[in-house]
Amino acid sequence: MTTQTIAYREALRQGLREALIRDERVFLMGEDVGRYGGTYAVSHGLLEEFGEARIRDTPLSESTFTGAGIGAALNGMRPIVEIMTVNFSLLALDQIMNNAATLRHMSGGQYNVPVVIRMTTGGGRQLAAQHSHSLEGWYAHIPGLRIVAPATHEDARGMLLAALEDPDPVLIFEHALLLNAEGTVEGEPHPMELDHAAIRREGSQVSLITYGGMLHKTLAAAEQLAAEGIDAEVLDLRTLRPLDDAAIMASVAKTHRVVVIDEGWRSGSLSAEIIARINEQAFFELDGPPVRVCSQEVPVPYAKHLEDAAIPQVEDIVVAVHGLLG
Amino acid sequence: MTAPDTRESPNTKQGPDIRPAIGAAGLDDPDRARALLWQMVRIRRFEEKCAELYSAGKIRGFLHLYIGEEAIAAGAIPALRDIDNVLATYREHGHALARGLPPGEIMAEMYGKQEGCSRGHGGSMHLFDAGRRFVGGSAIVGGSLPLAVGFALADKLAGRDSVTACFFGDGAVAEGEFHESLNLATLWQLPVLFLCENNLYAMGTALERHQSQSDLAAKAAAYQLRSEAVDGMDVVAVARATEAALEYVRGGQGPMFLEYRTYRFRAHSMFDPERYRDKEEVAQWKQRCPVETFARDAVACGLLGASVRDEIEREVAEEIDAAVAFAEEGTWEPVENLCHDVYAREVRP
Repeated sequence: MTTQTIAYREALRQGLREALIRDERVFLMGEDVGRYGGTYAVSHGLLEEFGEARIRDTPLSESTFTGAGIGAALNGMRPIVEIMTVNFSLLALDQIMNNAATLRHMSGGQYNVPVVIRMTTGGGRQLAAQHSHSLEGWYAHIPGLRIVAPATHEDARGMLLAALEDPDPVLIFEHALLLNAEGTVEGEPHPMELDHAAIRREGSQVSLITYGGMLHKTLAAAEQLAAEGIDAEVLDLRTLRPLDDAAIMASVAKTHRVVVIDEGWRSGSLSAEIIARINEQAFFELDGPPVRVCSQEVPVPYAKHLEDAAIPQVEDIVVAVHGLLG
Repeated sequence: MTAPDTRESPNTKQGPDIRPAIGAAGLDDPDRARALLWQMVRIRRFEEKCAELYSAGKIRGFLHLYIGEEAIAAGAIPALRDIDNVLATYREHGHALARGLPPGEIMAEMYGKQEGCSRGHGGSMHLFDAGRRFVGGSAIVGGSLPLAVGFALADKLAGRDSVTACFFGDGAVAEGEFHESLNLATLWQLPVLFLCENNLYAMGTALERHQSQSDLAAKAAAYQLRSEAVDGMDVVAVARATEAALEYVRGGQGPMFLEYRTYRFRAHSMFDPERYRDKEEVAQWKQRCPVETFARDAVACGLLGASVRDEIEREVAEEIDAAVAFAEEGTWEPVENLCHDVYAREVRP
């Protein structure tokens, strides 16, 4: 098996290309996915290879092209809808919440909605308060949706393929800061299952639970901690709904201390949900209170020093672990 | 006040001509005439029974009656084929009946029974029947238009000859999804028939108070798709206009917008004191009742015998009694099943 070192955006592109080759029901639609080559160049070259019927540029109509993806999925296709950035997905929230998430149950099980909706998420590029948020935790609140956040290159291409094989609506959150990051993949793109979290670094003294763009900062923090003699385990959630409770509790049972790192805001967040579950299911395993590292509760600002201060950094994670371990 | 024959208001720009009324005299087939009258009477009586059962506490939630608008579902839906898709609103009992959903399953749904067409998960506003391509039952105004675009896109990509018929009201025309959907369906030349049931009120807000251009067919035409209006109180005119529209859409020329000009005789829902319109206006429109005008004209022009109406009433009463009995005898979905069917591939909570 050959190992390639590629950018995350190239891993996404490989996943899309493989999906289009594997299943003629698959098509991609969204703003500037075709002639422009994708806002972040993810779909570059796909229009030339697969043609206008399958690589569809849309007007700036998030609600309708997302709803059209849902309708096409209901009617036998396997659409991939690309929304440029998570803040824009709010224009399509009606379709995602009121149709994609509800139709199966509301129809008494007659329909399922095999649509895949991809979008970039997260801050760190000085794009200010309408392009930088991490709203995947909101979506993870909604029964009927599967929420995934591929943090590795293998997951970037493979979770897309698995999402297309899934009978339910899957939202894929791709952290914008990862797009240029290099990483390795093995062989041809293949589906990467959606149901389990993954331990990215084994450790014994503290569990660092995270996902998406924060994985790499968390791994960097774990390396710093290792240099100080603190052995941290890093758990990558991969899928935010449903959460892999078993993997979370197994890690907590091993290390007895937990820090959750989440780029979302603290109040009413995914990190709150994870800690609530730990308290419910593994309370007596804990040797100290669960700790969170989250974004500051402000709209993400433009100026670099302010943005850096608003979003969790490696040092924040290290400080949180120090506080927990005394 | 909005009277039947005074559609013009200061902000009404003239749009495409409204198709002329036809009436029963435009038919020459007695069987067809009987079928149209039967369907309208059936919808009318079914809904009257629903209102009664609502008062009796058998049906709960919101209940939106179609009474006054029956000519649309009765005239339009038979023009669709089995391979076509139908999307409707929360005022969709008539559409479901006309599409062939068994009345017992519709009634059981309103009772909340698992024999209901949505297993009691949807209620009055969310009737579904995947086998009959009846895709709801949507209670988000305008929210089904994007879905209709997607259904039509799938059919076009798969090379199928289906049309997607999407019903919505005048209120939906103020939603962004209306504009986005007409634009996209036209850009992509998709086989969607946009069917606007203009009953002059978005809940309680009159058309001229919610539309800068109150000629909706003219407004739709701005998206460069074929657009027409028809008298929605005339079942024959509705049928003809819809058949012609379907023929156009099946021809691959792209979508079409068809406005049915109609009126709701009853309140918006069961919780509406109707402060926004006066009784005289309602009384005037009732003079144009689609059921009674068609029945009277069909007899007058010799298309139907004088006894046909009574026969139909008897048939319909029997069918509705059976539907109510079916719903009464229905069973409750076990609470253990509550969280089934949230996902097609079940997952941990």
